[in-house]
Amino acid sequence: MDIFIQQIINGLVLGSIYALVALGYTMVYGIMGLINFAHGEVVMIGAMVALTVIKLLAGSGLPVYIVILVALIAASAVCMAVGYAIERIAYRPLRRAPKLAPLITAIGVSIVLQNLAMLVWGRNYHAFPPILPVSEHEILGATITSVQVAIVLIAALLMAALIALIDHTRLGRAMRATSENPPIAQLMGVNINQIISLTFVIGSALAAVAGLMVSANYSIAHYYMGFMLGLKAFTAAVLGGIGNIAGAVLGGILLGLIESLGAGYIGDFTGGFLGSNYQDIFAFFVLIGVLVFRPSGLIGEKVSERA
Amino acid sequence: MMGANLLEARNIAKHFGGVKALTDVSLSIRKGEIYGLIGPNGAGKTTFFNVLTGLYHPDGGELIFAGDKLKASAPHLAAKCGIARTFQNIRLFGNMSAMENVMVGRHVRTHAGVIGAVLHDSRTRREEAAIRRRAEELLHYVNIADRADDLARHLSYGDQRRLEIARALATDPKLLALDEPAAGMNGTETEGLRTLIEGIRSDGITVLLIEHDVKLVMGLCDRVAVLDYGEKICEDVPSVVQKDPKVIEAYLGGSLA
Amino acid sequence: MMTLTLESLRHDKRAAIIATALMGLALAAFPFMVGSTLGNSWLRIIDFAMLYIMLALGLNIVVGFAGLLDMGYIAFYAVGAYLYALLASPHFGLHLPIWLIIPAGAALAGLFGALLGAPTLRLRGDYLAIVTLGFGEIVRIFMNNLNSPVNITNGPQGISGIDPIQMGGITLAKPLSVLGFTVPSLHAYYYLFLALALFIVFVTIRLENSRIGRAWVAIREDEVAAKACGINTRNIKLLAFTMGASFGGVAGGLFAGFQGFVSPESFNLMESVMVLCMVVLGGMGNIPGVILGGVLLTILPEIFRHGAGPVQTAIFGKILLDPEALRMLLFGLALIVVMLYRPAGIWPSTTRRREFRGESSDVLKEGE
Repeated sequence: MDIFIQQIINGLVLGSIYALVALGYTMVYGIMGLINFAHGEVVMIGAMVALTVIKLLAGSGLPVYIVILVALIAASAVCMAVGYAIERIAYRPLRRAPKLAPLITAIGVSIVLQNLAMLVWGRNYHAFPPILPVSEHEILGATITSVQVAIVLIAALLMAALIALIDHTRLGRAMRATSENPPIAQLMGVNINQIISLTFVIGSALAAVAGLMVSANYSIAHYYMGFMLGLKAFTAAVLGGIGNIAGAVLGGILLGLIESLGAGYIGDFTGGFLGSNYQDIFAFFVLIGVLVFRPSGLIGEKVSERA
Repeated sequence: MMGANLLEARNIAKHFGGVKALTDVSLSIRKGEIYGLIGPNGAGKTTFFNVLTGLYHPDGGELIFAGDKLKASAPHLAAKCGIARTFQNIRLFGNMSAMENVMVGRHVRTHAGVIGAVLHDSRTRREEAAIRRRAEELLHYVNIADRADDLARHLSYGDQRRLEIARALATDPKLLALDEPAAGMNGTETEGLRTLIEGIRSDGITVLLIEHDVKLVMGLCDRVAVLDYGEKICEDVPSVVQKDPKVIEAYLGGSLA
Repeated sequence: MMTLTLESLRHDKRAAIIATALMGLALAAFPFMVGSTLGNSWLRIIDFAMLYIMLALGLNIVVGFAGLLDMGYIAFYAVGAYLYALLASPHFGLHLPIWLIIPAGAALAGLFGALLGAPTLRLRGDYLAIVTLGFGEIVRIFMNNLNSPVNITNGPQGISGIDPIQMGGITLAKPLSVLGFTVPSLHAYYYLFLALALFIVFVTIRLENSRIGRAWVAIREDEVAAKACGINTRNIKLLAFTMGASFGGVAGGLFAGFQGFVSPESFNLMESVMVLCMVVLGGMGNIPGVILGGVLLTILPEIFRHGAGPVQTAIFGKILLDPEALRMLLFGLALIVVMLYRPAGIWPSTTRRREFRGESSDVLKEGE
């Protein structure tokens, strides 16, 4: 088995998930200039809801794809509601407040969601029911499962759809206008509140899908899973240039690749001194490196010192 | 006093991408004069300012200040050399009092560090007292002493302009560069500003003035340079500049009449 | 009312002396009051509150004064704690004295602060936040994994058996007897921590009212203008990082000696976030506010912890909800509610109280 190809495949799968989550961060940041610290928890809620629905329907005899579809719809609906509520309750009242105030409410929301999930689903890990028909395929000496293929394809499809939405629809134009200059957009007849709500809702729907993907890929979900995932995805968004849609996609994929290649080869690089338990470090080292040399991210606009 | 050059700009060039903001701009400011820099919008006045004060690196040319070549590598070094500035869009420390704003201006001429601050020894106390005294003087000087304890952002527009000048003066400049100080002022305020600038000059500080208000510039400045499309098209005493055909053309015969 | 009394104190010297004496007496008697009424577990919490006050004041220099959003601050606490653990425990068989370790911890943490600061100074607010957050995680991950091939940190198990704080043959781990009084260990730690916290408050106040403090605030308010005033923003920002970090290092060393045990678990991102919340929720940049934030956010989760179980039993007759989850849930809600009603913090400085971004006059907006 070719390790290099295998790590590339794993990286792509992981990266697709990061990218979906990163989109949520970057859209909110692009429009409001705010780090939605609670976004990772929305992913977790999505995973938990999807898992619960799948468990409920697993014995019902429904076809697998219907079960998954229902789970996805349920998870998306819940996450969209949660996303909408987060914005209304924790961010909207603070739009004119000092800049750090919404960061603290975001942290508060994150804590609330995490512990709410702990109350509802308990502290234990939940295993993903083995309902998916997993088949393995050989590519260039590496293995890819049908689930992984599905993850990459669905993620690509969703991202293409989102970019089309932003570039070619009225709603997308309004979103771009709002991120460019909210007061002017408002003068031009854009309902900013509505646009911001929609941004949260769309981001949350993507998060729900990502949540299902993560739990399917790793066959596991728990109340604490959103935290690190959110952190990584945010890193990906910054890596690509936060506020930039294409940047989030690129950053996500890159981060996935870096992490999985790094974990696969760090032992060789350091003569065995550092092992794959340092996997989580790459994300941050890469991030620091990129930001030091290109402070606006890979494809972010160059921001002058005065901005 | 007047005569020797305080600042000499030689062939300064600056471009942003493909846009040439400044092309071969050479000018000299004599010690003790009030020197005006005018030109239509986008002529490159503020860019020149930013090069002079170290905010931008010039792409060509050099600056000689007080006899030394100015390595305008960083704004704080420009301040140290004796070039102080104000900003076109006022940039004060909004949540500090007027007094504190001016005290910050003394930073570059004082020395107390962490250890001094913590020990509060007699040298630090003396220095701190001197900073405070000087700041009070300067607030009096620009006529806003009664607003000393107000937050900078609560000051009126005209007072904010004055505070910014006081803060710049606190750095003990040889050259005070004012970027459109009269912008947004009414007639009375502009008149007050003229008196203030004349006073500053008579105290021995050379003044570089970028201004849109041509009347103010012509009445106040000893010499004037005109920039147009990033090039200097004229440099002379106001009466000559006013009659220069190139200048009149640049302004489309507008406000110079 | 608070401000009124403070105002009158400023004018009346004798009243000020009496007030200080009363305050000192109250602070001195405080551990005995808490110990006899609420018990030793609360006394421990109070001791921790002192440590958090030190941390919050250190972070306040970086975030509150200089306006640099640091989300990995706990790393410096970790550096101080681990240094103490390595130099005074059976792990390496070293047992160096505290008067050496604590300053060394401050210095090393300060060095780490500069190390973090140097490459990140050009970054704008949110980017800085995420890089510092990454830095904090890197430090934690190294602590988690530096047990092989050479065992330095003992990995996830952490280091135990750390020497208690002792000075001149007197250990704080056992009750002390002073002039016939018996001072229990937790009380002795309280006095030590209180003294150091007061020292840090003193240093912070001195710094705030100095040339350096003004330069920090100037950078926070407008970096370009600060440069134009001749402030070497790079050095002054580095100084903020270093000073803030060194406070964290001191608190970390004390933590290790007090706890007797350190592990990477104590220094996760949530801890950084917690200290940041203390600073912002208390009132960024305002020293009394930050102290209040430190005390509140140490005590609040504990009140919820002690309340979550018994209150449920009292109402429902049994425990329906996981008390641990419930307490953090309430804590998160408290954070949200407080920020919604007091966006500038509970006790903001007078200069920042009315600071609402949208309201600040347009002439101060940036961009030329």
